[in-house]
Amino acid sequence: MIKTTAQKIYVGLIFLFLYAPILTLILLSFNASRTRAKWGGFSLKWYAALFQNREIIQALWNTLFIAFVASLAATVIGTVACIAINGMGRRKRAVVMGITNIPMLDAEIVTGISLMLLFISLGLKFGLGTILLSHITFCIPYVVLSVMPRMKQTDASVYEAALDLGASPVLAFFKVVFPDILPGVLSGCLMAFTMSLDDFIITHFTKGAGVDTLSTKIYTEVKKGIKPEMYALSTIIFVIVLLLLFLVNKSPREKSDAAIK
Amino acid sequence: MKKALSMACLSAALLLPLTGCGNSSSGGNGEVIVYNWGEYLDPETLELFEEETGIKVIYDEFETNEIMYPKVETGATEYDVICPSDYMIQKLIENDLLAELNFDNIPNAKANIGSQYWDQSKEFDPENKYSVPYCWGTVGILYNKTMVDGSIDSWEVLWDEKYADSILMQDSVRDAFMVSLKLNGHSMNSTDADELEAAKNSLIEQKPLVQAYVVDQVRDKMIGNEAAIGVIYSGEAIYTQRENPDLEYVIPKEGTNVWIDSWVITRNAPNKENAEKFIDFMCRPEIALKNFEYITYSTPNDAARALIEEEDIRNSSIAFPDLSQYSGLETFRYLGEDADQMYNNLWKEVKSQ
Amino acid sequence: MKNNKITGRLLSAPYLLWETVFILIPLGMVFYFGLTDRTGAFTLENVLAMMSAEHAKALWLSIGLSLASTLICFLLAYPLSMILAHMNVNQHSFIVLIFILPMWMNFLLRTLAWQTLLEKNGVINHILEFLHMPSLNIINTPAAIILGMVYNFLPFMVLPVYNSLVKIDPNVVNAARDLGANELQTFIKITFPLTLPGVISGITMVFVPALTTFVISKLLGGSKILLIGNVIEEEFTQAGNWHLGSGLSIVLMIFIIFNMVISAIFDKNGEGNML
Repeated sequence: MIKTTAQKIYVGLIFLFLYAPILTLILLSFNASRTRAKWGGFSLKWYAALFQNREIIQALWNTLFIAFVASLAATVIGTVACIAINGMGRRKRAVVMGITNIPMLDAEIVTGISLMLLFISLGLKFGLGTILLSHITFCIPYVVLSVMPRMKQTDASVYEAALDLGASPVLAFFKVVFPDILPGVLSGCLMAFTMSLDDFIITHFTKGAGVDTLSTKIYTEVKKGIKPEMYALSTIIFVIVLLLLFLVNKSPREKSDAAIK
Repeated sequence: MKKALSMACLSAALLLPLTGCGNSSSGGNGEVIVYNWGEYLDPETLELFEEETGIKVIYDEFETNEIMYPKVETGATEYDVICPSDYMIQKLIENDLLAELNFDNIPNAKANIGSQYWDQSKEFDPENKYSVPYCWGTVGILYNKTMVDGSIDSWEVLWDEKYADSILMQDSVRDAFMVSLKLNGHSMNSTDADELEAAKNSLIEQKPLVQAYVVDQVRDKMIGNEAAIGVIYSGEAIYTQRENPDLEYVIPKEGTNVWIDSWVITRNAPNKENAEKFIDFMCRPEIALKNFEYITYSTPNDAARALIEEEDIRNSSIAFPDLSQYSGLETFRYLGEDADQMYNNLWKEVKSQ
Repeated sequence: MKNNKITGRLLSAPYLLWETVFILIPLGMVFYFGLTDRTGAFTLENVLAMMSAEHAKALWLSIGLSLASTLICFLLAYPLSMILAHMNVNQHSFIVLIFILPMWMNFLLRTLAWQTLLEKNGVINHILEFLHMPSLNIINTPAAIILGMVYNFLPFMVLPVYNSLVKIDPNVVNAARDLGANELQTFIKITFPLTLPGVISGITMVFVPALTTFVISKLLGGSKILLIGNVIEEEFTQAGNWHLGSGLSIVLMIFIIFNMVISAIFDKNGEGNML
């Protein structure tokens, strides 16, 4: 009994640690004072101001657009890559997998710098395009990471049987292999989406004028004091994700559990 | 889990069309890409400009001159209008990165901006060909009267152990060295190795007393009573005093930096005409006034200053000081590649202590 | 059979091209810039610059702080994962999401929130003052940076460790107990070795970003503490010396490669243990 209480306290403390800053941000979003240093009473004005703030709304769209396109592209490229890698010989596979993991294991700052050097020497104009290319690049490993294990579990003979029965390779893939790897594809996609959404460092090195994501916008604002609208926006995003989470957890357990295994 | 994923993807899919709308709202008369200091104009003036001219403004911000320069130099982003400080304008001119302005397209500049600012600009732009002054000011000490004994008149206070952990220093190389060079009685444009070495040692000696090296964050921290003393641009003083009446701004007796930030157009500006329209718009008295009221940095626009309603601000000794009363005032000059390198290395030594 | 090979080639070609253009060539460019000077001549100067006093100091400090935060992450995450693993197996996805959830609140904002919490007149000190306890003055010190690292990277340690714990077959543990091993022995001989790949994966996931961060040190260290990430970032964005920045990055990569090799040894299947 004492042990479980101690355990609960421990878990509680860790969660307090993880969520204390988030709570702070939520509180700041209701702070009537413009600076973070003073509490000026409860107010909802920043929520109203948020929708008038063209720059923040634009940054939000940019962030979502980049995260969506990058995660989708990374999912397609990553899934195809998994099929290709799965068909490779042992040694080649090890090399390709090694390279795949570089953007994930390497320091973000090195990835960002290396891509910046590439884009500059290619003479590309920095903007939405360069950010997208970088995000797709660092998102792919997360897709491969979650699709690969499932790909290995699929039984190659079922796919061959489908081919023997006259299915085209594409049809056989979508009818036989794809349903099996789908959970992996989806969780890879979500992982990529989250990573792209939260990225600052790589965007910092590859962004151009006037194209700000929320991260780079915040980084610019840090210096002059974050606009409280930003706290309001973060709170809204957080609450939406939280609601989604609860919705999912209320749904029948067996189903969601099956998806994991 | 599965459901969460499909939901996340679904919501993302729903958002996509909206994103498309957000991006396609460019104006009919092309665009102008502006690269300015953080929060250095009233965003409303950008909207007014867009409404009037139909030119879409793409707006980007930098924190220090040093961050701005490499971005312009590599040309990976084609900026039209930039707002660097004096010595950086000189560096940009010397490295052939700026375009000569056609002042026929910028009639408001010569009409409204005071002649003394054009004279001052000659230090870095000898023929007034490249730049139009936008803001000017001094660098000084902002202190909290309730946390400091007596009044302050010298940079020495930044080395006073009484205020350990309550001092905010500037986190940019030239500004930091300016303080210690002036303290030691040297020119802030010094390239003398011994003088710089001494300045470096002073900064290292000061470091244990410094709470943080910041640029624009001085403002928030001073308002929130986080620190007693901070090195700050004069333009921030009026704003911070409004928020926290205990704060006082002073120009130290050893002298300081008198700076000008000016609009310039890059050599490869894709929208040079729009850029000139933009600069002209910013020089209109009512627009300059709007910006002054928003950012509280001293405007060289005499016509705009005359429009300021509050008497004590129009004649404020902080915003519009009588420079002849102070000694040791200088403006930064670009000191060349080698000196830049020397400053950078010494600054790194300070920071890594 | 032959047909198969061609499809294989067709499938792998675009991806191999992508890898080459966006991973290998960019890294090659870092090496090119790092090993040349402004005139384009070969030099080791930029790499050896790491040995100069200020760079070496920044590197050692980075290594020290990231090792400390990796250790703290491990010490916090392992017991936590064990408790979570024993709780309710049905809630697997919930637990994973609870740790991913904070990531939807922007990383910079979360770190900045710590500034608000830790400041001299910050939230924590107000609470401490209210409780008549001594104030906490760690903002702008290495301790604040370690805290920021632990905070930001803890999920990267919890998730792989938790996953490897959940995967352990309870029968193996039961068998050990049946054979007379006590709880501690079971842990040392059975549970811990089985979670080692997860632990190693967690260590690499925490150590590399901690070693190379420049944001956390900037926000929580008041720019007083120069980490190697800050040096490199400033070489690129302020000093404009790509050669030196690249040279220092090469040294940094040696540590990262070392890290990758270790994780590759423990992760033979190339599966990863993240999710």
